[in-house]
Amino acid sequence: MRNTLLLAAAVIALGTAGCARRTPPPEVAGPAEQAPVGPGGEAVAPGDVELTELPAQQADLIAKAGSDTVYFGTDEYSLDASAQATLAAQARWLLANPNVRASIEGHADERGTREYNMALGERRANAAKDFLLSQGIPESRLLVTSWGKERPVAAGSNEEAWAQNRRAVTVLVR
Amino acid sequence: MRSMLKSAVLTALLLATGAAAQEPPPVEVDIVGGGVKSNITIAVPAMPGAAVGRDIAQVIASDLRSTGMFTPIGPGGIASYPQEQAAAPVFGQWRAAGASALVSGYVDQRADGRLTLACYLHDVTAGRALGNQGFTVTAADWRRAAHKCADLAYSRLSGHGAFLDTRVVYVAESGPKTNRLKRIAIMDSDGSNHRYLTAGKAVVTMPRFSPRGDRLVYTGMLARKPRVFVLDIASGRERLLVPGGAITFAPRFSPDGRRIVFSWANNGNTDIYVVNADGGVPQRLTTAPGADTSPSYSPDGSRIVFESDRGGTQQLYVMSANGGGQRRISFGGGRYASPVWSPRGDLIAFTRIAGSFNIGVMSASGGNARILTDGWQDEGPSWAPNGQFVMFNRIARGGGSTLYAVPVDGGTARRMPTPQDGSDPSWSPLQN
Repeated sequence: MRNTLLLAAAVIALGTAGCARRTPPPEVAGPAEQAPVGPGGEAVAPGDVELTELPAQQADLIAKAGSDTVYFGTDEYSLDASAQATLAAQARWLLANPNVRASIEGHADERGTREYNMALGERRANAAKDFLLSQGIPESRLLVTSWGKERPVAAGSNEEAWAQNRRAVTVLVR
Repeated sequence: MRSMLKSAVLTALLLATGAAAQEPPPVEVDIVGGGVKSNITIAVPAMPGAAVGRDIAQVIASDLRSTGMFTPIGPGGIASYPQEQAAAPVFGQWRAAGASALVSGYVDQRADGRLTLACYLHDVTAGRALGNQGFTVTAADWRRAAHKCADLAYSRLSGHGAFLDTRVVYVAESGPKTNRLKRIAIMDSDGSNHRYLTAGKAVVTMPRFSPRGDRLVYTGMLARKPRVFVLDIASGRERLLVPGGAITFAPRFSPDGRRIVFSWANNGNTDIYVVNADGGVPQRLTTAPGADTSPSYSPDGSRIVFESDRGGTQQLYVMSANGGGQRRISFGGGRYASPVWSPRGDLIAFTRIAGSFNIGVMSASGGNARILTDGWQDEGPSWAPNGQFVMFNRIARGGGSTLYAVPVDGGTARRMPTPQDGSDPSWSPLQN
């Protein structure tokens, strides 16, 4: 998951059938074709279509801020004191490194339904984003997304694993 | 039709329908593994006329067994018959074999490369014909003819609609939980003709058939965000439903296939929107703060059932298709999620969360909830087109996820044959 994710790879994955039959190229709209629609400002930024992870900067963020991840209670999206301290440290790093953007990525544990967890992950990411905004990070540098329960970091089916998976990760991107 | 049936077949049928017609108790009840099964012993000898006739009989027998209503005998262990006896069987021969019903027929290999399966259903005990139909398919599609013949037998003897000639799309899963490969796969509902529709480089979830079974909507991670795509199955062509950076998921077609309803998450709030299937500006249907998701149309397209935690916990709500008249319909204990309206319109299937996660059904107006499964985490219900079975995925604690189908009147959940783990099944409409 932390490997570089290129739009091209995603488009190929989404558009290529697994069978031997040849398939035409997918019709995914490119950034230039994307018209501003929808209720939210961040929903229309064409630049968020192509994102590359930055492993060196990510390692530096973790070293300087202590962590790139904050954790949540079961079915909750409020930030406790520990999460706020981590995000405040991340904000200091982001202010000192103004040339990168951050994709704030919310996750849920497996003990929720798939669709609801997608919404819950977005709530968690949004809570972290709001805190970073309060620390002076410009909104244009912050993206929000959700992986729902699709990308756990701990494989177990127990409270310890679930606690690790209820998280929001600040992923530096360009 | 039922009045024509006599004897053992009739007895079994009356037992089944009599019990199934009882009013469900007014409180939520657990009918896991209960319910009523009839058990019709039905002979399915090899079809004369071509070598594939034996394979066809095997598929028919397997299909009928999968319904839980039949004990098939044959094609192994019983003799076939001369082609001229397909329409006029020697009933005594099949009584002696212990059968109370018989599927006979023959295969006609045509000069144009296609084949016709002549399919006959008989009440062996009463010694009478119950129906017949011919199915012409390309030679490669012989399994389709077998499914159609099995559907004829199932629907005539059960009184329910056909559902065996269908397909399933689902999320095929492999690899460790922390780096799971997820691909959308399609297969016949008996597990044959399995193939992948996506390559696995992007996380994909929530595939749903269009009403004609020719397209899918699904949620795919593109540039780190979940987004709804529309995929044409035959060509592999696909399109982003809502351009821009919107986080969209949980899509489902309207019954006429012209619109797609879905969730859009923004600023910590998830609402339900609808948009033309070929694009356009989405129309917002819900505005309440909270997570509004898993929308599903009633079969007449007039209403939408969805889940929302606007009242504090996940519960089921119904609204008109334009968003009006939103009201809660789930009031039992626990949380309720991922509702799906039955194709017959009478029931809503759901996931109930109360310690464990289980699949249940309730009347479309709410109430009369019945829990059908007893897994640790069962979720993601999808209806068979006849409204008699619900497919879902079962997550084992500490393990993988597999597909099951459970009869809506109660009975044992049956594991669906998939080559690896699977989740998020969507049952296709009946194929033409």
